[in-house]
Amino acid sequence: MSASKPLKKAPQKTTGLHVGDAAPGVKKVDPILVADHVSRKFGGLVAVDVEHLEIPRGAITALIGPNGAGKTTLFNLLTGFDKPDSGTWSFSGENLAGVPAHKVASMGQVRTFQLTKALGLLTVLENMKLGAKDQTGESLFQSIFPFLWRKQEAEIEEKALEILERFKLLKLKDDFAASLSGGQRKLLEMARALMSNPTLVMLDEPMAGVNPALTESLLEHILDLKTQGMTVLFVEHDMHMVRHIADWVVVMAEGRIIAEGPPEAVMKDEAVVDAYLGSHQDVDLGVVTGRITLPKEKK
Amino acid sequence: MADEKNVVVNVDNLVAGYLPGVNILNGCNLIAREGELIGIIGPNGAGKSTLLKAIFGQSKVREGAVYLNGENITGLKADKLVERGVGYVPQNNNVFPSLTIEENLQMGVYQKPDKYDEGLELVTSLFSELGARLKQRAGSLSGGERQMVAMGRALMMNPSVLLLDEPSAGLSPVRQDEAFLRVSDINKAGVTTIMVEQNARRCLQICDRGYVLDQGKDAVTGSGRDLLNDPKVIELYLGSLGA
Amino acid sequence: MDFVSILNNTAQALFSPVTIAFAMAALGLAIHFGFVGLLNFGIAGFMAVGAYGYAISTLTFGFPWWAAFLAAMAASAVFAVILGIPTLQLRGDYLAIVTIAAAEIVRLLLLSTTWIETTGSADGLVAYANDFRSINPFPDGVYGFGPWTYTANQFWVLIFALIILAVSAFLLWRLVKSPWGRVIKGIREDEDAVRALGKNVFAYKMQALIVGGIVAGLGGALYVMPSSANPMLFATSLTFFVWTALLLGGAATVFGPLLGAVIFWVLQAFLGSLLPAMAQAGLLGALSSAQAGALRFVLVGILLVVIVIVRPQGIVGDKRELTFVRK
Repeated sequence: MSASKPLKKAPQKTTGLHVGDAAPGVKKVDPILVADHVSRKFGGLVAVDVEHLEIPRGAITALIGPNGAGKTTLFNLLTGFDKPDSGTWSFSGENLAGVPAHKVASMGQVRTFQLTKALGLLTVLENMKLGAKDQTGESLFQSIFPFLWRKQEAEIEEKALEILERFKLLKLKDDFAASLSGGQRKLLEMARALMSNPTLVMLDEPMAGVNPALTESLLEHILDLKTQGMTVLFVEHDMHMVRHIADWVVVMAEGRIIAEGPPEAVMKDEAVVDAYLGSHQDVDLGVVTGRITLPKEKK
Repeated sequence: MADEKNVVVNVDNLVAGYLPGVNILNGCNLIAREGELIGIIGPNGAGKSTLLKAIFGQSKVREGAVYLNGENITGLKADKLVERGVGYVPQNNNVFPSLTIEENLQMGVYQKPDKYDEGLELVTSLFSELGARLKQRAGSLSGGERQMVAMGRALMMNPSVLLLDEPSAGLSPVRQDEAFLRVSDINKAGVTTIMVEQNARRCLQICDRGYVLDQGKDAVTGSGRDLLNDPKVIELYLGSLGA
Repeated sequence: MDFVSILNNTAQALFSPVTIAFAMAALGLAIHFGFVGLLNFGIAGFMAVGAYGYAISTLTFGFPWWAAFLAAMAASAVFAVILGIPTLQLRGDYLAIVTIAAAEIVRLLLLSTTWIETTGSADGLVAYANDFRSINPFPDGVYGFGPWTYTANQFWVLIFALIILAVSAFLLWRLVKSPWGRVIKGIREDEDAVRALGKNVFAYKMQALIVGGIVAGLGGALYVMPSSANPMLFATSLTFFVWTALLLGGAATVFGPLLGAVIFWVLQAFLGSLLPAMAQAGLLGALSSAQAGALRFVLVGILLVVIVIVRPQGIVGDKRELTFVRK
């Protein structure tokens, strides 16, 4: 129908990720993140109640579910931005319970936020440099002696420019991040997260508020992460995106995991359709509302 | 034919913006006829929300005019527009979380409290679930339910024109479909409806006519179906994953 | 009206140790508020700790002048840590309230008669500058010209204060332009974003609180160097004067607080001479000259309100960098 685009060639899906039958809490062949009995209540409301969850290494996993299902809360718990009422979880074998957010990030697990946190008062390049790890100049006493960190700064800048080029943000490098459009800021946040060479990238609704046309380039970047050997976990509502790039899907509802599996299988699951997808998923609403008589007939 | 029906909302070459010297709308035009469901789509920053806000007197109009049933309403404050039968459903912060659903609906008829019973009947006939939970605190509702309450509140004055800013934003697929179906039902009940949307596909599937905004101007316009199938619109705005 | 003496008084304020001490305090506050966004309404407390740290270590413990300065700095750092541990987790407005209280607690402790031998209570402390004076390189005599005439001791204090100010401003400038400064700038805007990048936000905020606190503490020591230390000097009004100077010059810059402090004190000196003279000449109606002198504080208050509304970025600040203006 439209001109052939690189994305039209269906991306290589990774299979064989699970051990046994696909069901909530199923073990993975090579998990990078393992969580046990994680729970969080807000007042009387159960926000998260996950018995067991394993995220497969080197694959792209989608976390879907209705609003209020606990997806962002689970993200916050796993990355140290919130404290659970109970539960343990480990990242590449290291126990993370009680580890503060900044330590989790420096261990290789980076996250983005639903409401983009591109730092508007810094330039694009400054944002990128801030993402780098182990810059000696960031320590108080060493910072007043530029000769101690100038070389590192140059190396960091080189890396930043290279990543910015890949994300097509290079010519905006000296602009304040506040002057970028919403979609560009999302790209910047993702690019910035890559500066520390993470092993696990967690994206919270990366497509929210981005035009459909820009969505494709964002998807390519996410697929690129997998090609480079990183593991991706993302929360999304856009089912087309999920179907297109996710190797594995985890469905949450009311704080619990109600289904797990490859995208096609999960989307046919009755519980998932009822709670989340709706029965009109692939139907033209014009037909449902009776505004058009037949799909192919024009008014 | 459709062209003979009255023009209810007429936006004429509108130039508007927020910061001094920076215009978001650069000569935007739009027409909504009686009983039509109009969709406004387009990239971020194109001015969709600004257009809606400019119609409702919430953003500075620098050039051009907005007409309601022939009357020039450019720059009129929101309360005057509500008096004239215009309803507005903002995207965020659209319910009072500390008030019950009933109280939220009562806020809808603030200008004419004696219209409450009439309005309540209309709203509960369209959204039966609201009628069953009138005493529930709006803050305890989910995103999709709040959406419903916000729409209901705007309908309490029985408006002739309804403006909606991204009614499906942040909702899961099943709730998004419900929101679109609700908008369609409202429009079928006789309300001229103008909706701004990010979910272009769904929006165009139900609207009579659509406007694609780009850089503050109405770049492409046509019937909903025509736009859905227009290859240029698909390439630039809908994205090829939509099918 | 004696314009010559009014101008004389005004000119003196340009090069006065008090002005320089004030600039140090404003510089410290610039780190706290301008760069990190901490609403520190207890800067007078830091100045008091620095001032009394110097005086007490000289008088009670017999420290030589350089050790006394180090003691002032150490005391300010400790004060910053004590203040910071409970409050840095608090929301901005709560931090403001707690810092006002902390500064008042310091002042009241100094005022209390419990440790009157050490603190001097309401009488304050004097005669702690002898060791400092003993190293004065300038021989006895009169220095300067016109309104800027000083004795050898006064001159020494002035030169010394200028050197401290220059070094502090230079170090802070270096700090702010470094990667450390970049992290601080990020924290001011969004702590969670910076945390997600692996930086220990609490540690950075504490470091900034300590650095700014030490500079303000040194300012306090310089403030009382020429004369005497007294709890009355460190009332809440001092905090608001420092804030006015900071906002006037430009909160998120290194040069701004210096400029603001100078303009503030020059203005104070000018109004402090002009208004009583006008009252005496009968130009201010029934106002006595004492009341007219107090009038300048009213004018300072109005100035502060006007700055925040009309030009919150101050004289040299960049509007885009503001943290508290709602668009």
